[in-house]
Parts: sequence; structure tokens; C-alpha cells
Amino acid sequence: MKLKLSTVVASLALAFAGGAAQAQVSGGVVKIGVMNDMSGLYADIGGPGSVVAAKMAVEDFQKSAKPNFKIEVVSADHQNKPDVGSTIARQWYDTDGVDAIVDVPTSSVALAVSQITRDKNKAFLATGPGTADLTGKACSPNTVHWLYDTWMLAHGTGSAIVKTGGDSWFFITADYAFGHALERDTAEVVKASGGKVLGQVRVPLNTQDFSSYLLQAQSSKAKIIGLANAGGDTINSIKQASEFGIVKGGQNLAGLLVFITDVHGLGLEKAQGLMLTETFYWDLNDQTRAWSKRFAAANKGVYPSMDHAGVYAVVLHYLKSVQAGNSDDGLKAVNKMKALPTDDALFGKGTIRVDGRKIHPAYLFEVKKPSESKGPYDYYKLRATIPAEQAFRPLNEGGCPLVKG
Amino acid sequence: MEIFGIPTQALFGQLLIGLINGSFYALLSLGLAVIFGLLNIINFTHGAQYMLGAFCAYLLLNKLGVNYWWALLITPIAVGASGIVIERLMLRQLYKLDHLYGLLLTFGLALIIEGLFRNEFGSSGQPYPIPSQLSGGRNLGFMFLPNYRAWVIVASAIVCLGTWYIIERTKLGAYLRAGTENPQLVQAFGINVPRMITLTYGFGVGLAALAGVMAAPIYQVSPQMGSSMIIVVFAVVVIGGMGSILGSILTGFGLGLIEGLTKVFYPEASSTVIFVIMVIILMIKPAGLFGTQK
Repeated sequence: MKLKLSTVVASLALAFAGGAAQAQVSGGVVKIGVMNDMSGLYADIGGPGSVVAAKMAVEDFQKSAKPNFKIEVVSADHQNKPDVGSTIARQWYDTDGVDAIVDVPTSSVALAVSQITRDKNKAFLATGPGTADLTGKACSPNTVHWLYDTWMLAHGTGSAIVKTGGDSWFFITADYAFGHALERDTAEVVKASGGKVLGQVRVPLNTQDFSSYLLQAQSSKAKIIGLANAGGDTINSIKQASEFGIVKGGQNLAGLLVFITDVHGLGLEKAQGLMLTETFYWDLNDQTRAWSKRFAAANKGVYPSMDHAGVYAVVLHYLKSVQAGNSDDGLKAVNKMKALPTDDALFGKGTIRVDGRKIHPAYLFEVKKPSESKGPYDYYKLRATIPAEQAFRPLNEGGCPLVKG
Repeated sequence: MEIFGIPTQALFGQLLIGLINGSFYALLSLGLAVIFGLLNIINFTHGAQYMLGAFCAYLLLNKLGVNYWWALLITPIAVGASGIVIERLMLRQLYKLDHLYGLLLTFGLALIIEGLFRNEFGSSGQPYPIPSQLSGGRNLGFMFLPNYRAWVIVASAIVCLGTWYIIERTKLGAYLRAGTENPQLVQAFGINVPRMITLTYGFGVGLAALAGVMAAPIYQVSPQMGSSMIIVVFAVVVIGGMGSILGSILTGFGLGLIEGLTKVFYPEASSTVIFVIMVIILMIKPAGLFGTQK
């Protein structure tokens, strides 16, 4: 009994001491939860690499800013299932003291996490998900959408392809929030540029065999087969399209969301000539090259995807904002993130809009031919740079309620 | 001419695709059926062993320069041998216990093997080229059939029928079946039943590895290629009747066809249709289409 009492007193004293020294940051600790697909078809895009990136950001921040709070990074696998993701988010927020969740690819999971984050007044730093609804009709004052979105992909890759004569489209779409949003946004671009959409097929997530869908696309006679999917699904569709002689038959593929890890998995032989839009590539400038080398050294030699770069940059900006505002309260931190201009080695200078959208340039790349590549990860040729103000959906067109208010 | 709004020509193409996918289901469920029918083990490692087959072919090609045809021969033997080790060291301890223990062990092994490969190779997987003799394809009029896919149907049909023949129509098969019914009696005739069982498990695993090699050029060689397949294949085995060799072959091809049709008429349901069928079949015939109630 005596022992217990002394423990209670001691811990109370410690708690007060901590509280006095560290003002507004709850418990003197900022806890960041990296949630993504750690084991499935998107694991190379984010996965354990995102944890590496988050830890790098924490390290760099601690070195440069010398914060008076501790920073912890935890991680979990949401298995691309909204129910699993929701359960983890609730547990993290309610019992584990997590202040911010970062990454969360798979739009259906991200939409759920965004809502929970809002209810619990924490911060959601989305880099993985694609749906533009996160800063549109489903926007939240507690969410920052950093990296890319379906509107950006549609306008980057989609309009570039329509301009080169690809004016009739058939979509092979992943059957969930992201695929639907990407198909919708791209179809709008195609129609607005005078093209036609001849049909689409909705394919369950994580499909192995695309031959049936490719055959349907083939018989549609569309000039362009738009792949509104990602990760392993994109890889398998492109691989099997070449088997069925789709490109030889005169149709072309448009990978609407292709990451460098997908190109690496496919090999240049199969991927050459693909047009794709990303907001980060390791070989853009000296700063991205230096950071990517550091990242690869910590990640078993694997180069960063744009998601990894996004996780690093958003965590860094979040920590700066927590320090500047002296608060890890969700709403206050996100508001501070929007108030401070962003500046990092990977995305340069930028801003976060009131709807939560991070604004930075996007790049239209073409995948190199095997003969043009100097070795692993030397994969892209820069075709065009889309300036920040044109890369993302105009603020007033998203239907986000925060914009009116 | 059209059937339900789909041109007949397109429908033929889709049926053929279904048959190709069905041949993978048949090949994989065949191995499962052999193992369950003769060892009474629900081999959840089967998907991982299929993945091991694909990776073995990939490593043979990229590290040792061994081509596809040799890989077809070497891989099933190598992966089968690894199966024999598992049987000798672990599964053997569980024969007297409930099915559940074997299931848990093999499920755990599958997770470990997959995790190790994911750690080493990542989730995007590795490319494996189609062997040059089988690249290209022919135009059948109603569809473009890649030569490699045609080869898959033929090869898997031969392997399936061969296995069925050995188990159901030869003396060796008779020993095997007798050994599972009454091991003591068969042993009394001077047949080494434990060794026979070990080799049977190795053979079943070898079949999975063979399917893996055949799948490598079509699908990405990735650590999770097995786990996305194994659940469907289990459904195939359950529908066909646990342990029924012929049942698993016919059901494999049949369900491939049905899934193919679903991909045309209602693609959203293509990943669930097999399970809907499983539920219906189990309600009508609890032992499966070709199974016998024990």
C-alpha cells in the first residue's frame, strides 16, 4: 500500500513537472502515427519506407529546431480496409496518445480517417490517398492533403494525352473511392478537351488477372485505355496488356497513377514510353538527389517514391507548425500549417490552402527506353512542368464548405 | 449476333480467358486435394509454395541463368523438397490431432514465408519474361490468344489428368489411397507408409510450385501473389468436395469459366462470385459436388 501511494505521488509530481516545463504540447510528446498498407499491393509505394521517411523528418527537425518536446513515431498496417483503418485511428487517438496520422494511401480508408480525425480534433496529414474529395466535398479543417490528387493526375496525364490525339477512352477502374474519383476527373478532362469516353469496367481491388478487362477494352476500339488504378493493379494491367498485344494493335495505355516503384517492378522493357504525372522524382535537382541517397541508404537501397518524399515533407512542416504555435491541438496545428508558408528540400516553397490542399508544381514525365537509362531508378524524362497554381483544382471549384466560410 | 447484349465473338474470348484462369485454379486445387485427401492436412502454405515456385524460377533465371524450361523441372523438385522438410520436421507431429492444428501450423508458415519474401523483394514484385519460344500470339478471329496462355491450358490439363490417372488408376495410387484408409494394414504388407505420405506431401507442394512457375510470366512475381489466390482455391476445393481429385480439377476449370462470365456481365462481383457459389453448394451438398460424406 505504501509503495503504491509513493508511486502515485511520484508520477503526479513528474506529470506536473512535465506540464510546467512544456506548456501546450500534451504530455510533452508529439506522437505521429504512420498508417498505410504495410503488406499488400501498395506496400512499396508507402509501407515501411514511409516510416523511414517520417523518422528522417523527425531527426532533421530535432537537429535544426531543437524542440522542447519529445517526438515519437508509431506505425500500423491498415490492409487497405476502411474498417481496419478506422479501428486503428480510434485506438491511436483515444488510448495511445497519437496527435497526427500521416500517409494513409487507399482513398476509402483516408476518407474514414479524415472524419475520425475531425471528430477527435487531431491532425490528418494525407500523402498517400488520391481522391480529390478530401479537399472537395469531404474536406475537413483537420486535414492537410499534401502530395497529389485525382484532379491533378487527370489534368496532368489526361490532358497531355488528349493533346497528342488520344481522344477516345476506355477506363479500367479500381472499384473503390480512388478509382471512381480518378475515372470521373479524367473523363471530365477528356470530354472538356473534345474527346469521348467509350466505356469503363470496374475491377475489384487487388486483382491478379486483367485479361478479361483488357479484352473488353480492346473490343471497345478506344484509342486510349485509361488505367484508373494503382500499385500492383497497374503493374499487372500493363504487363498483361503487352502480352495481349494491346499496344501493337494500335491502342495506347495511360497509367493515370504510376509510381516509380511500379516502373521498377515492371522493368523499362514493359514500361517504356508511359506518360505519367508525379510531384516528386529523386533526380529533379541537387537537393532531391542528396535526400534520396540518404533515404535509400536507410531503406535497403530502395529509392523513394513520391509518397515517401511527401511523408518526409509533411511531417517536417507539421513539426515546425507545432513548435511555432506551441500546440499539438489538431485544429491549431493544422491552422498553423496553413498560416506558415512551406519550404523544404523536396517540394520547394509552397502553401497550404484553406481547403487543406498543399500547392506545389507537378511534373509530366515519360518513362525512358532501356537504352536511355543509366541503371536502376534512372527511369524518367521530364516532359513538362505544370506550375503550382495550375497543377491543382481551383479553390472555388471543389465544393469544400470551408472555402465559403 | 449478340447474347445478352454481348457480341458472341467477345463472349468466346471471355470464355477462353476463363478457361485459362480455371487451369490455374485446377492445378492449385489439385495439389490441395491430393494433400487433404491423402494426409488429411489442410495445407494453408499452398499459396506461399505457389509463390515460392514463381520466385524460384525468377532466381534461377536471374542469378544462375537457368531458363524457363529447366525451371519447370527444377523448381517443383526444389520446392517439393522444402515441403518434405516441413512434413518431416513439423506436420508429422500433428497427424493424430485435429485438422485445426495442421491448419494453424501451415497458415503460420505461410505468413512467415510471405513476410520474409516481402522484406527481401518488396511488394511491387519482379518481372519474369515470357520464354521466347512462346512469346507472341495468334489471332483466332474472335480474340488475340497469346501463345503462352495456350500453353498454360494444355500443360495444366496434361498435369491434372496425369495426376488423376496416377492416383485413381495405378497400383501406386492404390497403395496411397489404401495407406490413408488403413495405415496399419498397408504397413503390414511391407509398405513404408510414413515415407509414402512424406513423398505425397512433397508431390502436392511440387504441383503448387509448378503452377507458380507457369504463373511467373503472366502475373508479377510478387510475395502476395499466393495469398490473393489461395482463398479462391480453397473455395474451389470445398465446392469440388474436399479431397476429391477429379472434383477439384473439374471445379477449377468450371469456376474459372463462371468467374470469366462474371467479369463481363457484372465485373464488380468477380471477386465474390466463387464464394456465393460455395455457399449455395454447401447448403445443397455439404460434402461438395464430388465429395462423399464420411
